[in-house]
Amino acid sequence: MARETPAGDLRLANLTKKFGAFTAVDDLSLTIPQGSFFALLGASGCGKTTTLRMIAGLEEPTSGQVLLADRDIARLRPYKRPVNTVFQSYALFPHLDIFENVAFGLRRRGIRSVDQQVRQMLSLVQLDGYERRRPAQLSGGQQQRVALARALINHPQVLLLDEPLGALDLKLRRQMQIELKRIQTEVGITFVHVTHDQEEAMTMADTVAVMNAGRIEQLGAPAEIYEFPATAFVANFLGQSNLIAGEVAGGNGGEILVTAHGGRFSVPAARARSNQGPVHLGVRPEKLHLAGTAAQVPAGCQYLDGTVSDASYVGVSTQYLLRTGWGTEVSVFAANSGAQQRFVPGDRAVAYWDPRHSFLLGRRTGEDDRTSPVLDEPVGASS
Amino acid sequence: MSALAHVSTASGQPASPPPAAGPGRHRFLPYLLLLPGAAWLFLFFAVPLVQLAAASLYDPNGSLSTGYALTWAFGNYPTALQAYWPQFGRSFLYAGIALVLGLLMGYPLAYAIAQKAGRWKNLLLVCVVAPMFTSFLVRTLAWKTILSDNGWLVGLLRDVHLLGPDGRLLATPVAVVLGLTYNFLPFLVLPLYASLERLDYRLLEASSDLYASPLKTFRRVTLPLSMPGLIAGTLLFFIPATGDYINAELLGTPNQYMIGNVIDSAFLVRLDYPQGAALSFLLMSAILAVVFVYLRRAGTEEVL
Amino acid sequence: MKISRWFAQHWVMGVALLVLGYLFLPIAVVAGLSFNRPSSRLSYDFNEFTLDNWRNPCATSDMCDAVLRSVQIGFIATVAATALGTLMAFALVRHRFRGRSGLNVLIFLPMATPELVMGTSLLALFVAGGVPLGFWTIVIAHVMFCVSFVVVTVKARLAGMDRRLEEAAMDLYASEWQTFRRITLPLVLPGIVAAALLAFSLSFDDFIITNFNSGTTVTFPMYVWGAAQRGIPPQVNVIGTAMFLIALLLVLASSLRGRRARRAAVAVPVARPSSRS
Repeated sequence: MARETPAGDLRLANLTKKFGAFTAVDDLSLTIPQGSFFALLGASGCGKTTTLRMIAGLEEPTSGQVLLADRDIARLRPYKRPVNTVFQSYALFPHLDIFENVAFGLRRRGIRSVDQQVRQMLSLVQLDGYERRRPAQLSGGQQQRVALARALINHPQVLLLDEPLGALDLKLRRQMQIELKRIQTEVGITFVHVTHDQEEAMTMADTVAVMNAGRIEQLGAPAEIYEFPATAFVANFLGQSNLIAGEVAGGNGGEILVTAHGGRFSVPAARARSNQGPVHLGVRPEKLHLAGTAAQVPAGCQYLDGTVSDASYVGVSTQYLLRTGWGTEVSVFAANSGAQQRFVPGDRAVAYWDPRHSFLLGRRTGEDDRTSPVLDEPVGASS
Repeated sequence: MSALAHVSTASGQPASPPPAAGPGRHRFLPYLLLLPGAAWLFLFFAVPLVQLAAASLYDPNGSLSTGYALTWAFGNYPTALQAYWPQFGRSFLYAGIALVLGLLMGYPLAYAIAQKAGRWKNLLLVCVVAPMFTSFLVRTLAWKTILSDNGWLVGLLRDVHLLGPDGRLLATPVAVVLGLTYNFLPFLVLPLYASLERLDYRLLEASSDLYASPLKTFRRVTLPLSMPGLIAGTLLFFIPATGDYINAELLGTPNQYMIGNVIDSAFLVRLDYPQGAALSFLLMSAILAVVFVYLRRAGTEEVL
Repeated sequence: MKISRWFAQHWVMGVALLVLGYLFLPIAVVAGLSFNRPSSRLSYDFNEFTLDNWRNPCATSDMCDAVLRSVQIGFIATVAATALGTLMAFALVRHRFRGRSGLNVLIFLPMATPELVMGTSLLALFVAGGVPLGFWTIVIAHVMFCVSFVVVTVKARLAGMDRRLEEAAMDLYASEWQTFRRITLPLVLPGIVAAALLAFSLSFDDFIITNFNSGTTVTFPMYVWGAAQRGIPPQVNVIGTAMFLIALLLVLASSLRGRRARRAAVAVPVARPSSRS
């Protein structure tokens, strides 16, 4: 439908959606290049699904534009848009069999001979032979693939995926992540994927946008966001970070000097989001290493000392908590490579890091260290 | 039959206010959809109630042939009540006794179907509804056969001396109450079943794990959790039972007549409309008052 | 010890079965009496076995006329009440409008009002308006008390339906009308059919309201009521038994079909509560 315009980038311009007094999406602007796999990542209630529904036409924006190849589609009815959706929990039509579910879009557009296309699509998602089953007779993973086939068969310019793997168990989710990526590469359609699962977002997407309270906190390639988060929210939503409260004490060529809790540290200027006033000095737990004494710290590294307060063995790694002199507990992930010294709670130890692995974020005055993960928040990339 | 409808609503989700359609789209559609049905209910349910109220205040000296005049004759009410208070009292007494009997029978039945029946659940549920497939009147007449003086039941009761040698069941209050209990029992069981069915068996296990005896578990867990169904069921039983007069007519004698019999004859035999209307209104007010007090004490008005 | 334990576990079921026996006793009697040759017109006791009543159910022709009239009234009232009630249910579940709570009261009240009151008040209205009582006043009354039951039945089905199915259809190029025709209607239809069956059975069996508004028109319940005074022809029990069997067959057939349909109609199970963000 409407394939007279060449497929192009999807652009959201100052998109806003208010539900009464509540602003779900707040002046959102971004560009999603044609053919890319784009993930909108955020906690529930951050506005990501509302954004998706506005692209699909299921929600009308309060203001702003949805541009597809420079055509504003924000006010078109859903069935007039070259956009299809894989719904959360799939929304397969329970009274139609798999074949008719997949053929639905083609039939509505008046296409008579759908047989070959449907079979082709079912084989793309590896469901040959399931044509006459009803959705309820399929497993969760199979239903998910039907939902995908039902959307893809229409060759949309943009495919929207709303938490498509949310209802699957962990193992199946992994398989489907790889599968989705394979299919995206094969068909070359722009995928916009909404999820609250950071691992899912990072595994599949070329570009991830982290959303919070209706706005985008940071947008970039997964590694870029993870290695150099822009805000304390991103630093702790995507994986886990030790953020230590400090003050910028001056600059020294390519370095920024920071004082924190009586210690002096430096961070490469290129890894600083702020170079004055109150800051958070951030280090990821897996970038911290433990040693028995300061003497064992390699040259060029910086360190904190304290007492091991907890050691959790989790198989691939051991997760330590180190209580510093001022009472903050810092997380340290030590890979269980067999080469490292083991610590038990009560041991004195130092945690050291290479300054090139640290980063500096602006901090509101009065805000303290943010280290131990808060309960009920997504924790660690390996969760 | 209202109980059936209750069960089907109980299984659905509470209707939350739907999302608004797009701005300007279908602004008048809901009113168009509602108009025919709402108009019908208004014209043939609400307006007649007003007409009934007016009729209850007609001049009692008028007649159907000479025509009635609205003279605001409030005296119709005390006059009617004075003449027929025994039938009034009997309606509530019989319906009340029938309700107690109904609860004694209906609660175990609903509980057994909901919690004990396993895969026979649906079959047993059909069995509760199935008797209603036959005409209400035909079933009530069958009781006439069962309770007959020559029947096996009366014979049995006479043999064990629960009845005297000339004792009867038919044409006694027992027969009327039994008939009322029988006819409205399904209305009590279905909503009760609906709330007991949602009762999580693990709650009962948790309760007995926490040192509650079966009786305590029933009092402290099962009963409070089945309250919505219990309230809905008792209302669906009590309201029609109070207004019923078929059982009193077919299984009783004029000595067992309930207020319904009086209203029926006022409208259809004696053609005394003001009195019939006044009695109808009194019946409705009395039922509403009982229901209101009951809901207050039961602590919930949500069922309505 | 063992016996008391067994008793403790099974007494509820025992009571339940006894109560079911109580519920079915009259049905058994009706079925039995349908094979009875009564000793006299006013006798209700079993006398002598015969198949005559089943061979000639219309031996008393007034009765069959009454049954036929009840079917006609039931059919017209069902069609009208189902149409009106379904439209209202759609408006209630799918739209916002002013006066919603007032309307809910108007729909609820007829289900909570004693039939006696509805019957007498309609009679008062018809008499005051000079409307001649008969077939059509019965239809009007039946539609009135059936509408509410249709509304709640269809509403429950509609409210249980996943809105995302309609969104998915629109997303897949179905216009509003196509979405209604291909998705909404097929999924709500079982609710509408159930409502229609309920309405028919309510109408067919109604006595009290009909009694006040029938004039000289005789429906089946009215016929039985009148005959109870003059003597009941045994064919009444044939009709009673046949009604029971027909309804039972309908239920069994629909539950057999329903078992298949239900598997399909139950929305896809969601393992995790949905998180709308």
